[in-house]
Amino acid sequence: MTQSDSGVSAAIGAPLVVLDHVDKWFGDLHVLQDIDLSVARGEVVVVIGPSGSGKSTLCRTINRLETIDKGTITLDGQPLPQEGKELARLRAEVGMVFQSFNLFAHKTILENVTLGPIKVRGQKKAEAEKRGLELLDRVGIAHQAAKYPAQLSGGQQQRVAIARALAMEPKVMLFDEPTSALDPEMIKEVLDVMVDLARQGMTMVVVTHEMGFARTAADRVVFMADGAIVEEGTPEEFFTNPSSDRAKDFLGKILKH
Amino acid sequence: MEPVIDNLDLYWSGFLTSLEFIVYSLVGSMLLGTLIAAFRVSPIPALRGFGSTYVTMIRNCPLTIVLFFMAFGLPELGINYSYFTFGIVGLVIYTSAFVCEALRSGINAVPAGQAEAARAIGLTFSQSMREIVLPQAFRSAVPPLGSVQIAMFKNSAVAGAFGIGGDLYSVGRTLTSARGFEYIPVLTGVAIGYLVITLSAGAALAVIERKVAIAR
Repeated sequence: MTQSDSGVSAAIGAPLVVLDHVDKWFGDLHVLQDIDLSVARGEVVVVIGPSGSGKSTLCRTINRLETIDKGTITLDGQPLPQEGKELARLRAEVGMVFQSFNLFAHKTILENVTLGPIKVRGQKKAEAEKRGLELLDRVGIAHQAAKYPAQLSGGQQQRVAIARALAMEPKVMLFDEPTSALDPEMIKEVLDVMVDLARQGMTMVVVTHEMGFARTAADRVVFMADGAIVEEGTPEEFFTNPSSDRAKDFLGKILKH
Repeated sequence: MEPVIDNLDLYWSGFLTSLEFIVYSLVGSMLLGTLIAAFRVSPIPALRGFGSTYVTMIRNCPLTIVLFFMAFGLPELGINYSYFTFGIVGLVIYTSAFVCEALRSGINAVPAGQAEAARAIGLTFSQSMREIVLPQAFRSAVPPLGSVQIAMFKNSAVAGAFGIGGDLYSVGRTLTSARGFEYIPVLTGVAIGYLVITLSAGAALAVIERKVAIAR
């Protein structure tokens, strides 16, 4: 049982990520519709919803891998800058874990984890490697440090990707469907790492279809459909007593099996 | 094959001159081509525009015209270097457009997620190109880059015809027109000289391709 089971815990602080009236279109498709979302320091927000509801796009706007057409996004009080050095600096503060892992294919596991600290933070190689190995140990991959990504299983690659993001000591971690490309038996090893992170107080935005994870680790569940936030609440409220028909319909479909 | 055997020293020095010319052009065209390719995928519209204009102009212009500009156009503007240098510059400019496009095919083959992950950890555009995208792009662009460079090796004979002096092509011309030897044996010797260069390049490419292959 985690402390966050009781919903929004007392440890949660001031807003860290704030989306204010955010709109985005892909051509005619209104993928994000007037999104207001505030994520507090230490809070774990799980975004769920049907495919094409815009939840991945929402996640990717927070470190500006997707641009927005209207509204503002602030991180720790700072609006997201335009493309350039300043944006790069800001992205270093935001960890991102992708559905398809995206480990650097031509670099070893350890190099994947140390590249950011060395190139972006200017750390010494030895120092970065020491910290990198600690992080790899934390996600259970330290003995594979000299291998290349393709030699690891999907679950192992995703744990390395988490370690790579953590190496930058981010203020917030974004997870874009981190287990959707994994075999069922590998999902648990990744979720375990994520639950640990949540317990240690990391601020997290997690887009996922793993309802078990949402129940265990989320402080708040945000339900999206057709580009809009339909409802949000504690996992307890949301899973036992959803208020909107859209959410009832969605939960009816996915919780049946 | 008497004319060849009797003039082996001349052939040898011609071979070395051609090889030197080719090595300079190879290094120059790879560097310039890589820079132009980076321009073509850069987030800055002005650089992208410059890159695509450069490629369109140079790639669609016959090599001889580029070389004429070097050999006769630039001296008119008061820029004077040896034909050897002009030849290299002309060939580098011409070949770099093809290097750029071969490399761009390699860049396009790098999954978009690689660059996204690079940006997500805070690398700038140039860092992500240098550390992540280009090293992988080069690997998948080895075969087309090889073809471009082998074509350049042979184009060095065209530059030779402009009189870079002392290269394999010039040896053939000297032996046939100045010393009156027969064409067939003399040119066979020249062809063998070029074949030694191009065939070993082909073999080297096969080795490089095996060495740099990355598993996905």
